[in-house]
Amino acid sequence: MVSFYGEEVQSRILLGTAQYPSPQCLADAVKASGTEIVTVSLRREMASGAGRGGFWDLIRELNVKVLPNTAGCHTVKEAVTTAKMAREVFGTDWVKLEVIGHHDSLQPDVFGLVEAAKILCEDGFKVFPYTTADLMVGEKLLDAGCEVLMPWCAPIGSARGPVDPEALKAYRAHFPDVPLVVDAGLGRPSHAMEVMEYGFDAVLLNTAVAKAGDPVAMAKAFGEAVSAGRTAYKAQPLAPRDMAVPSTPVIGMAVFE
Amino acid sequence: MNLTVNGEDQTVSAKTLDALLAELGFEPEFLATALNSDFVPAEERADCVLNEGDKIEILSPRQGG
Repeated sequence: MVSFYGEEVQSRILLGTAQYPSPQCLADAVKASGTEIVTVSLRREMASGAGRGGFWDLIRELNVKVLPNTAGCHTVKEAVTTAKMAREVFGTDWVKLEVIGHHDSLQPDVFGLVEAAKILCEDGFKVFPYTTADLMVGEKLLDAGCEVLMPWCAPIGSARGPVDPEALKAYRAHFPDVPLVVDAGLGRPSHAMEVMEYGFDAVLLNTAVAKAGDPVAMAKAFGEAVSAGRTAYKAQPLAPRDMAVPSTPVIGMAVFE
Repeated sequence: MNLTVNGEDQTVSAKTLDALLAELGFEPEFLATALNSDFVPAEERADCVLNEGDKIEILSPRQGG
């Protein structure tokens, strides 16, 4: 059980809804992952109504919580306006706040992120900020009113996995009581399991599932990996050692001459 | 009146945001609107007066990551 802004969920995987081969594949992947929270976005509607209703109907039928994002926003103004539009359409105060600062890496503009988070939190939003794994930025986001932090582990869609494990471990240690979600950069279930073993509360991913050869099977694999990683963290893994240590008792060993 | 709607130039007779949606064939359900980068709630569309050159964004739910 993990709690985000007072709402408890069993599953520790948050799944994006973009890039799937078909709506049915998306629906099946969501179910296979076990997720209870999916991310969605707002985009320009066509007057012809092409595509109208179908996607939103599909999501509502899945009976999951929605986390609208501000993906693609590069300024505080864009992000704040998009968040307000999303709150009305999706009927939720939750928002995955993205203020993109760098075109190639999609690294957040952390200064704009903190500024937008402050505006939105004061307006009653429950902000899930997509951020770098910088401790001081995390502190500023908490000061702004965020109760969840979502550091990346690698650039969005890169599938690199945790490129700086020490930064993520330090993040967990520095914010022991804050719900922490690794958002962006996961490529394989083993990556998800690894960050869960660090003690993160959940992961958020999209591309690694949607663009897999078999998205539904991969969604299931990620769900299992997240669960296994959490169990392992709670079981307190053995610390690595420099030298060999025999696991079989040496006392009582037979002597053959 | 000339407006920019979702990035495209449009010449319309509508005087309000509500009327604009109707004139351009948008069904208002599950749409969010913004005028010149400011959010306009659904209940304020009827009173939202449009002016020459305004930029309007009309958004709807889509896939997201």
